[in-house]
Amino acid sequence: MDVWSSLMDGFATALTPMNFLYAVIGVILGTAVGVLPGLGPAMTVALLLPVTYALEPTSAFIMFAGIYYGGMYGGSTTSILLNTPGESSSVVTAIEGNKMAKAGRAAQALATAAIGSFVAGTIGTALLAVCAPIVVKFAVSLGAPSYFAIMVLALLAVTAVLGSSRLRGFASLGLGLAIGLVGMDSVTGQRRLTFGQPLLADGLDIVVVAVAIFAVGEALWVAAHLRRTPLHAIPVGQPWMGKSDWKRSWKPWLRGTAFGFPFGALPAGGAEIPTFLSYVTEKRLSKNPEEFGNGAIEGVAGPEAANNAAAAGTLTPMLALGLPTNATAAVMLAAFTSYGIQPGPQLFTSEGPLVWALIASLFIGNLLLLIINLPLAPMWAKLLQLPRPYLYAGILFFATLGAYSVNLQAFDLVILLVLGALGFMMRRFGLPVLPLILGVILGPRIEGQLRKTLQLSAGDPAGLFGEPIAVGIYVIIALILLWPFAYKLFRRNRPVAAPAGKAESGGAAALARDADDTVHSNHSAVYSDHKEQP
Amino acid sequence: MTVVVGYVPTPEGEAALTQAITEARKNNSTLVLINSSKGESTVDNRFAPEGEIQDIEQRLASQGIQYLIKRPVRGHDAAAEVLDAAEEHKADLIVIGLRRRTPVGKLIMGSTSQRILLEADCPVLAVKAG
Repeated sequence: MDVWSSLMDGFATALTPMNFLYAVIGVILGTAVGVLPGLGPAMTVALLLPVTYALEPTSAFIMFAGIYYGGMYGGSTTSILLNTPGESSSVVTAIEGNKMAKAGRAAQALATAAIGSFVAGTIGTALLAVCAPIVVKFAVSLGAPSYFAIMVLALLAVTAVLGSSRLRGFASLGLGLAIGLVGMDSVTGQRRLTFGQPLLADGLDIVVVAVAIFAVGEALWVAAHLRRTPLHAIPVGQPWMGKSDWKRSWKPWLRGTAFGFPFGALPAGGAEIPTFLSYVTEKRLSKNPEEFGNGAIEGVAGPEAANNAAAAGTLTPMLALGLPTNATAAVMLAAFTSYGIQPGPQLFTSEGPLVWALIASLFIGNLLLLIINLPLAPMWAKLLQLPRPYLYAGILFFATLGAYSVNLQAFDLVILLVLGALGFMMRRFGLPVLPLILGVILGPRIEGQLRKTLQLSAGDPAGLFGEPIAVGIYVIIALILLWPFAYKLFRRNRPVAAPAGKAESGGAAALARDADDTVHSNHSAVYSDHKEQP
Repeated sequence: MTVVVGYVPTPEGEAALTQAITEARKNNSTLVLINSSKGESTVDNRFAPEGEIQDIEQRLASQGIQYLIKRPVRGHDAAAEVLDAAEEHKADLIVIGLRRRTPVGKLIMGSTSQRILLEADCPVLAVKAG
């Protein structure tokens, strides 16, 4: 029982008073940013990175883990009470959750979301503890060609599968890879994209990039849409569930977990697809399907469990392979690097105590979230009354302070503003932010593996196909890229045939599109000012 | 004749509206209802929801009062919106609700009613909740 004893050691580290305190701070902060639309755990972790340089890495990561899980919890509160999902993974929750709240069952909706998240988070974290070491064992046998292939797969999958428009996704990925290229070439020492500027020779600091894109970009975007007709939060008391609610919730929780974890763990990950699958499954299995669309508790329980299980799943490739598939995991990976810790399969051996403390803190954070959030739900809803100007003034202050404190270079502030403007333009033109961040963070690592492969094969591109796993992955990549074209061709040849499976996948795509739209309309809601009646 | 009433969905706002209706019926004047928000927070409980506004409309219509409901969201505070409307519609009377404020609360947050009382060009009728 190697895993068991390592995990117990992890608990011992995570439960020291200081680390426990950081876990509490993390979950409270995480829930708060999850509740507020527009803010998210990725932005929070990026803002806190410079602040935490003074801390033990273990304490910092325990706090980040709390923020990560907390953000997932907080998102459901806004979905249910306001019908404005803060993150695309809680879009599905809003469908039934808001209906329940309108029917006066907000307390039950919040309770099933919180308890379901706890159940799924705990099972997911347990699976993470079991699976990650197995993945590591497999991963250490992989060579540079396979690594390169897996990373390319992750980048392409996240860009092509998620989000509404492939073109926008790839544009964003291209921007990210370009930003990642800035600086000295690691092999030849050549300067790339530095424009003769010596300060750019070291490359752009990932903290500055992340803070600029997430915090400054969002702040500018909000400033451009400052006044919006206020929404009405549905008043809520103490969340609780009756006996029949428990009976109807526990199965969706478990099924949601079963959907969420594997999807999160795949390098193409994401929490949107499993939440949708869970919703559809619950609708089909439900004994009273007519309730769906009018506030069925199963439709909240399943998707909420799925997105938390996916959150745990996402940490598997992040910790075991150094491969993040969502924004928060990407920023956490950047945090590893800035602490001088090399992410990848060797992480479990080189930084064992830290990793196991992190996993243990996920269990603790989950429990804390349940204890903190059930009684405090009404207070979280009050947070929504915070005036945006104060909130974003604070965020900009922290962003500037953070970006300056990384290198104490005024030049970084210029970069912060330029990239912040880029972040604003991306929001304006509907470019997803995730591919950019993944491009910036994974780009240099992918390049490293590519260079290694080519050096080993003395510059022969055939070296890229030197391992069977790599070849297999390239086949998958080809399928992902060619699928839409093949699909179109198939449709053109047989215009009448509409196979049963099509409705399903079309639905998933439509939902992903909805997800994007909702998150955007949330921002771009026009300010209808007058309502005049003569 | 025009009566401007500053409305918020609270007992004070309700009292102000009731009083304004009485005044409007007395002089057969037009009632201008202002319910504004700065629009700077995601949720604003002082901005009445659509359903509540419809209820008020029905109530006013059933009493046979000429009315105008304005719900501006343009970043001005409530006092400025009420004063603006009073000027625009050449109000003969402004009706507002008063609530008890501690001196410290008033120091920090300012007082909407105080500003209206001091800056209005027409008589102001201030009422308290039930």
